[in-house]
Amino acid sequence: MSRNAIAGPASGDGQALMSVRNIALGCVIALLVLAAGLWWVWRPAIAALPEHSAVLADRKNIAHGADLATVGNCADCHTVSGRPLFSGGRPLPTPFGTIYGSNLTPDRTTGIGAWSEEAFKRAMREGVDRKGRQLYPAFPYDHFTFATDDDIRSIYDFLMSRPAVENQVPANQLPFPFNIRLMVAGWKLLFLHQDPLHPEPTQSEEWNRGRYLVEGLGHCGSCHTPRNMLGAEKRGQRYAGGVADNWRAPPLDASLVKRHRWTVDHLTEYLSTGWDRDHGVAAGPMADVVKNLGQVSQDEVHAIATYVVSLSDGAEQPTLPSADKPIADAGSIVAVYDGACARCHNSGRGVGPSNALSLTLSTAVQGPNSANAVRAIMYGIQDYRTHGGPYMPAFDRILTDEQIAALTRYVRTRYSDQPEWTDVEAEVAKARHEGSSP
Amino acid sequence: MNSRFDLSRRDVLKAGSAMVVAFSLVGASRSSAGEDPVAKPVDLDQVDSFLSIDDKGAVTLFTGKVDLGTGIRIGLQQIVAEELDVPLAVMSTVEGDTALTPDQGPTYGSQSIQIAGATIRQAAATARSALLDQAAQRLAAAKTDLTVADGLVSAPDGRRVSYAELIGGKSFSLKLDPLAAPKNPSLYKVVGKPIPRRDIPEKLTGRFTYVHDFRRPGMLHGSVIRPPALGADLETVDENSVKNIPGYLRIVRDGNFLGVVTETEWAAVRVARELKTTWSKSATLPEQDRLWDHVRATRVIKDDVTSNVGDSEGALAKAKTRISATYDFAMHTHGSIGPSCAISEFKDGKLTCWTASQATHNLRKQLALMLSLPLESVRCIYVEGAGCYGRNGHEDAAADSALLAQVAGRPVRVQWSRADEHGWDPKGAPTLIDLKAGFDERGNITVWQSDFFIPQGAAGNVDLIAATLSGKPRDNLISPGGITGDSAIPYQFPNVKTVCRRLETTPLRPSWIRTPGRMQNTFGNECFVDELAAALKEDPLEFRLKHIDATDRRGRELLERLRDIAAWKQGPAHSKPRASGILTSSILKGRGISYVKYELVRTYVGIVADVEVDIGLGDVRVTKVFVVHDCGQIINPNGVRAQIEGSVIQTVSRVLKEEVMFDRGMVTSLDWATYPILRFPELPELVIDLIDRPTEKPWGAGEPSAAVVPSAISNAIYDASGARLRSVPFKRAKVKAALQSI
Amino acid sequence: MKIALNVNGRVQEVDVGDPSTPLLYVLRNELGLHGPRFGCGLGQCGACMVHIDGEPTFSCVLPVIALGSRKVTTLEGLLVDGKPGKLQQAFIDEEAAQCGYCISGMVMRAQSLLDAKPHPTDEEIRNHMATNLCRCGTHIAIMRAIRRAATA
Repeated sequence: MSRNAIAGPASGDGQALMSVRNIALGCVIALLVLAAGLWWVWRPAIAALPEHSAVLADRKNIAHGADLATVGNCADCHTVSGRPLFSGGRPLPTPFGTIYGSNLTPDRTTGIGAWSEEAFKRAMREGVDRKGRQLYPAFPYDHFTFATDDDIRSIYDFLMSRPAVENQVPANQLPFPFNIRLMVAGWKLLFLHQDPLHPEPTQSEEWNRGRYLVEGLGHCGSCHTPRNMLGAEKRGQRYAGGVADNWRAPPLDASLVKRHRWTVDHLTEYLSTGWDRDHGVAAGPMADVVKNLGQVSQDEVHAIATYVVSLSDGAEQPTLPSADKPIADAGSIVAVYDGACARCHNSGRGVGPSNALSLTLSTAVQGPNSANAVRAIMYGIQDYRTHGGPYMPAFDRILTDEQIAALTRYVRTRYSDQPEWTDVEAEVAKARHEGSSP
Repeated sequence: MNSRFDLSRRDVLKAGSAMVVAFSLVGASRSSAGEDPVAKPVDLDQVDSFLSIDDKGAVTLFTGKVDLGTGIRIGLQQIVAEELDVPLAVMSTVEGDTALTPDQGPTYGSQSIQIAGATIRQAAATARSALLDQAAQRLAAAKTDLTVADGLVSAPDGRRVSYAELIGGKSFSLKLDPLAAPKNPSLYKVVGKPIPRRDIPEKLTGRFTYVHDFRRPGMLHGSVIRPPALGADLETVDENSVKNIPGYLRIVRDGNFLGVVTETEWAAVRVARELKTTWSKSATLPEQDRLWDHVRATRVIKDDVTSNVGDSEGALAKAKTRISATYDFAMHTHGSIGPSCAISEFKDGKLTCWTASQATHNLRKQLALMLSLPLESVRCIYVEGAGCYGRNGHEDAAADSALLAQVAGRPVRVQWSRADEHGWDPKGAPTLIDLKAGFDERGNITVWQSDFFIPQGAAGNVDLIAATLSGKPRDNLISPGGITGDSAIPYQFPNVKTVCRRLETTPLRPSWIRTPGRMQNTFGNECFVDELAAALKEDPLEFRLKHIDATDRRGRELLERLRDIAAWKQGPAHSKPRASGILTSSILKGRGISYVKYELVRTYVGIVADVEVDIGLGDVRVTKVFVVHDCGQIINPNGVRAQIEGSVIQTVSRVLKEEVMFDRGMVTSLDWATYPILRFPELPELVIDLIDRPTEKPWGAGEPSAAVVPSAISNAIYDASGARLRSVPFKRAKVKAALQSI
Repeated sequence: MKIALNVNGRVQEVDVGDPSTPLLYVLRNELGLHGPRFGCGLGQCGACMVHIDGEPTFSCVLPVIALGSRKVTTLEGLLVDGKPGKLQQAFIDEEAAQCGYCISGMVMRAQSLLDAKPHPTDEEIRNHMATNLCRCGTHIAIMRAIRRAATA
């Protein structure tokens, strides 16, 4: 064989052949990588529970699971208001599209009735469903992954003891490429950290318990931590503030306390009742959270508060709230304020009907944008009808968009020393699409 | 019997026509516009106190009992119309006007039909007899041959004379005759029939005048700024903080009574809210978490032994086994949907007060006392308000308006706010109950002993807040209502002792609230009965049948009907396999039974409640309720049904959700978000079986069915889950704690 | 100040001393309409409910100056030639009122359901009516009345 033959084809033909070979090689490598990737991301389906099997559970386990599910706020994302608990179908808006909370009742066809405990645990820890499909991290398994086996079992026992509800949840509305579940595997590679939470020996038992609850089932960071472009929590800015259902979740780290210094006792009170004398009331998605926390033991809430307050350790002293500055020439909006708001918010006694406080104390009014103020006015605080709770009327039917915007600006000017908001009209228009009072 | 009509007396008709109705001839109930009333008798033994017939045959009933939305107006009209044989269409009622109606006592206690109805029936029977005597003379016929229809008396020969011709506008001048026989029930045409109430159409079309709608010429508005804590003293008032509110007129300050008078209703609201005041600090209430310790530690000033059979102390000591339990029942507020309202007007030193008080004759005395006026100078006129379910804030609103009107020199309307009503209306007192029972070696119950820790006092006047705040004369009474009722039990054991330990004080001003005492006491008793049955592994229904008086035919029949209607399956409570604690579902179902013979002497009620207990979340849902009800002769079955529906729904709400919240200074549950009540999505289904006994006495129906609801629910929760709920309300935290303690 | 209000099909001018006055008081005191009632002044009980452009609304927290040209309907506005409308008649026929204080709000709230859904299920009725309180316990009779109007 001539050297030439071994060395390769003659120049022109040789190059073409080289390319084809490279392409072929490239394809093979790509296929191998893809195969490796697929092999790596692929999860097997876990066998369905046999038909007509019932999950037997100890009563105490069910009760414990209920408490944990309450801390985890599962019912909030997995229930449509007015429909049975955990039956799913609630739309969750994300920057990537709308995801619908799944049906967690033990219905075999539309819920998790065929899921074994192993399947449930895998979902909580790894974000994979029974059939092996990737679950979108709108389901915060990046937090739930820290839950212990026992706790996951209790939650499973509890969920499987609920009445089965047949409810086919709508398909997610995610545009390409987000509708390709496999992509989530890549996301997980970057952002899912599954190392368990080891207790900090320098901290108290209570602090560690609080950390377990907050970082784990409580998934507070899901709302209170800013997210990057791929929708993952920014690890370097934990608890620096975030967004939930278009409401602003204020920071829990040192940057919060510039205006509102929380002690552990105050925060415990706030988290279990939804109200604190110096800070006001929990509204929006936080109202659901405190409603749930109000049902678990005070010890658990105290532990949560202990940990959360520690996040702002070493912060500077708070500045005092701003004063009520009556505004000349405010126009007819003053009459609207007097008729709709002052009755509660301007009591000569300091605390008005339904425990309304002066708006000088309101986090919403002091915030960097109008998101919370607009939504508080439009939708009030309305989850009080069955078991009581904090309250504010919803003004979405009472006032027009223009009036709500004017009122929002008025309240900002009167009760805050901060610069005027410039996003008010846009925020009102956006909030209009988010719902309506009953 | 004197049948002569005294023609020299003032024409009752003239008095009647002077009572021009300014606003609605609703229902037909006529509220006076306040003209000077012509004197008419109001003595309880005179027919003229209750009835008048004008020269057109219109019949007016004057009664001290008032319709609070309960339907007694039509019921009492049915009684009169039946006895007199007049059409309902010619009847109208004047209620609760102290100048025109007899004092038949407050409208409470399920006594309107039972007691007042009996009196009115007697008055009507007396009147009828006298009219027939007259007619017999006029028509020269025998009285016994006469017939009456539609107010027309007919003789056998066809000649007729009307009531209008016989008496038209004149007085009867007759005492109530106990021998005047009422009509035989077998001849009833309207009593016992579901005659529609006449006020409802007006209420559905916006034409009804509630006290809240009542207006007087020149009327001003007022509100009262009450202390932020009970017992706090007013220190400073900054009038400048409200001077610029449109409609503001003046402050009225008298001791700790601080009121405002304004030209408009909204100004009264704004001023009350914006007025800057400072008050001293005061902390007179116990901590809510320690309420029951506080009750138990309160000094007992006397014991009311409500039943004593054999020797209970000795029997307890000798008993082979004993069980005991403690039950408690929180403070509740009346929670009237329409907060209290009153209008007062002074003219020539005389006060007229338009009020929805259920006891206008008593209120009149209280106002006279407070203002140091002679009784004749005070007139209270009843105008219907929202349902009050007992002594709520109406009397206090009346006192507020009277004080303000006296100073303002013009009529003043006071409309209480929601916080006024929730915060300041008198409350159902907290009840603490200890129960003990003993068994012999064969498992027979040998002794039942109970102690009820409840405040002293009865159903007298409740001090007016305005009098207390301004330091004016008042009764200085604690009046929680007749709350010893049903502390004794309808069951027979060899040794029984039931004792009400009357406490010197109670937190928050008390008054009676629907089924006062009888609800709380029946709760303790009927749950403990179930505890005994469970200890003996007996069916709760059979247990009750076994131990009630064997000769109580009506009680036994009621329980058997309850068994039928509820399809009650025999067997001890909570005996199903799930008692083992291993479950496939966290929603457990159960049913409970309860029974009462109201005050041991009247209305019988039996109830079965079906519940679902969510052992994960601690929620209790009442899904279905069966009620069997025997109140003797039923005047209007729709009215009885409505009262039972109302009692059951309202009491389910009280049992599952309600509790007055308070801190060391004051009530803190001041709105519907801090004092939630039942809403539509939580309604149970309700099946009612009414037993009508036309030949028996009519007994009350406004309250008895409420008495059995709390225990039926608690017993059902036990059946479902094995957890005993001994503390009302059955809020989630308590349910979870009870479940965990098994 | 003078404000023009469109109430029950008529535009009327009202002289309101304080423009912050909630619509409820103007309807009751200036216009003499006693259908809507004061129950809490907080938007919790529904006794004050009217329709604003057909939507059931708490009139006790709506300052009259904010009303503008929106149309108000009260209980009186449901009358037909001065006689009870269909739903009102159903309530009368079922005697669905004890004290009756809440009933105007109940009718207004129920009417909006029947306007949108002429034949609602029991569950839909109950969930819809959750905004309105009744203390007398007339709920079951109110359900009967709404069902009666729905099936008529």
